[in-house]
Amino acid sequence: MSASVTRLFKPERLAENIMHFCRVLRAAGLPVGPAKVIAALEAVEAVGIEQREDFRAALESVLIERHDQAALFDQAFELFWRNPRLLERMMELLLPKVYGRTPRSEAEAPLPARLAEALSPPRDAEREVYDQESTIDATFTFSPREVLQSKDFESMTAAELTEVKAMMARLRLPLRELPTRRSQAADRGTAVDLRATLRAMTSARGAVVPLAWRRRRHRPPPLVVLCDISGSMDRYARMLLFFLHAITNDRDRVHTLLFGTRLTNITRHLRRRDVDIALARVSAAVSDWAGGTRIGACLSEFNRRWSRRLLAQGAVVLLISDGLDSDVGHGLSAEMERLAKSCRRLIWLNPLLRYDRFEARPAGIRAMLPYVDDFLPVHNLESLKQLASVFAQPRTLRRRAEMDFELGRRAA
Amino acid sequence: MTAPAQIPASVDAVLALLEQNDYFADRRLATSVFLALKMGRPLFLEGEAGVGKTEIAKVLARGLGRSLVRLQCYEGLDTASAVYEWNYPRQMIEIRLAEAQGRVDREALASNIFTERFLIRRPIMQALEPRDGAAPVLLIDELDRTDEPFEAYLLEVLAEYQVTIPELGAIKATQPPIVVITSNRTREIHDAIKRRCLYHWVDFPSAQRELAIVRRKVPGADARLSREVVAFTQRLRAMDLFKSPGIAETLDWAEALVALDRLALDPETIANTLGALLKYQDDIGAVTPEVATQLVAEARAEAEAIGPAS
Repeated sequence: MSASVTRLFKPERLAENIMHFCRVLRAAGLPVGPAKVIAALEAVEAVGIEQREDFRAALESVLIERHDQAALFDQAFELFWRNPRLLERMMELLLPKVYGRTPRSEAEAPLPARLAEALSPPRDAEREVYDQESTIDATFTFSPREVLQSKDFESMTAAELTEVKAMMARLRLPLRELPTRRSQAADRGTAVDLRATLRAMTSARGAVVPLAWRRRRHRPPPLVVLCDISGSMDRYARMLLFFLHAITNDRDRVHTLLFGTRLTNITRHLRRRDVDIALARVSAAVSDWAGGTRIGACLSEFNRRWSRRLLAQGAVVLLISDGLDSDVGHGLSAEMERLAKSCRRLIWLNPLLRYDRFEARPAGIRAMLPYVDDFLPVHNLESLKQLASVFAQPRTLRRRAEMDFELGRRAA
Repeated sequence: MTAPAQIPASVDAVLALLEQNDYFADRRLATSVFLALKMGRPLFLEGEAGVGKTEIAKVLARGLGRSLVRLQCYEGLDTASAVYEWNYPRQMIEIRLAEAQGRVDREALASNIFTERFLIRRPIMQALEPRDGAAPVLLIDELDRTDEPFEAYLLEVLAEYQVTIPELGAIKATQPPIVVITSNRTREIHDAIKRRCLYHWVDFPSAQRELAIVRRKVPGADARLSREVVAFTQRLRAMDLFKSPGIAETLDWAEALVALDRLALDPETIANTLGALLKYQDDIGAVTPEVATQLVAEARAEAEAIGPAS
């Protein structure tokens, strides 16, 4: 250890430094509250500072909550406890923010990539796109609304788009509820509620007590949305984000991932109530807007990294893509099969279906089609409403045989 | 069962304790365990299936001479099967008796049948009571399999080590249990739970550590075979598989090979026994005879290089 590092560990400064370290992590986006700072001090006291590795493990087990926070923690730890100079610079960045002297956006300096990214808020420039479109004119009348509903997103003017967004924000998906293994009190239930009945009996003075009942509780299944944001989908994807924001905040257990050439989970960003803030964060998090598509590779990544975490409790998957794959369907079919087998229901929304004479010619589409349960258009508001009715349908059997038939007929 | 042992005083003592009980932990895990014991906080273990998360709780119970209370989570797990339930038949008889004897004082009856006498204790309540003079180890296994409402219920248990029963009030542990929670990450557990715990991600072991585990747990395996098995499994984990084999699978496989009297790996045996290691047809299909041959060659070359467990 160099002299300057040893200084960090001096007993009288250690507590203070741990507190500063926690503050750095908080600024970098980890949820480190005062309770955790106290726990961190306690942990370090228990483990001691003789062994660097123990010291690090102690802080890590207290301060992180998810596996994906480990990388950020590692970088911050290395920076903070090895190079105090860098630390000082970082604190210079942080202190004004803590005391509110300067606005956040000024806190920018050349720091290692990931931390710097985490420390600085999203650029204002990235927000602009949405700010232009964010004024909502709520005064449209009934007839233009009807016209809008069947108009293709692609051919709308900016003003029309604004109106559509407002309508989209009001759309809800009535996912068909599934029975759970929990029960709730009900007038006409299927099982006797013994606890409530007995409580009634104690005060009945020997008279006959009507039985209390319980029945099964129902809740909607989790929903996972995989949305294509490649060049060919650009216009739709941006529109659909408004829709996704609306359904993400409508209820729990909705997860949204975007893909183009790589896969990004944007669920946490979309949970922001304010649609503009949410979308600004999404656009900061996603780096492959309007690029190429590698559907096969992205589905493969989803299957490996996310499917076990998101599809566990009978999830419905909504795949939004035009199916035009620049990898030309390499391995796509196998990944689609894996996806279909991991979820309760796989619904494919495709904007290309707006053409009446749509044929499943491209290799990517042909590879994917056999594995989906429903294949629906998504190019205008009307089709999104159709989607709602599909969700509400009771259906357990897969419809694949039927789809194969249709596919054969179209090809013939 | 042995008498309750003292809580280990240092990270090294934890390492030694785990190793005595056939668990080879890395130092980071031992630090988390030590802190959990020292600070009296629940230990939250997350990681792939088969990396030895559940085993930690068992080993701790054995090593510290505590009894193990296990709560296996599943969808629909409710307080009646996890925490407590009223003994309805006995309560009903009590009411009938009271009526037969003409005692119909309502208040007295209500306060009489909702007492601890009529309570059936399920795992979480059992864990709040010391057994043989020491608090038990409470293992909440695969928390990700249950749902959010149950997680929310756990918050009170994990923060205060107490359970509130509407008819009785709060029942607090005289001596807090040692709590170990595991999750396979089939969904994210809410931050509120994790905030009350010490978090540790249990990773696949290094080759040295895995070799030590295989040698200890499958003593019948030939030294050379053990090395090759470990090197081969480590190679497999580097491949792009849907489900990488965990330590549990390595041990199963080693046992399978011992049962077949193998002293070294060969592609044909691998093809016949791969089902012990890989559980998805796609993954098994990816290990073609050519791939297997190549992996065996690489594994043999690497097997000798695995040093002694540190």
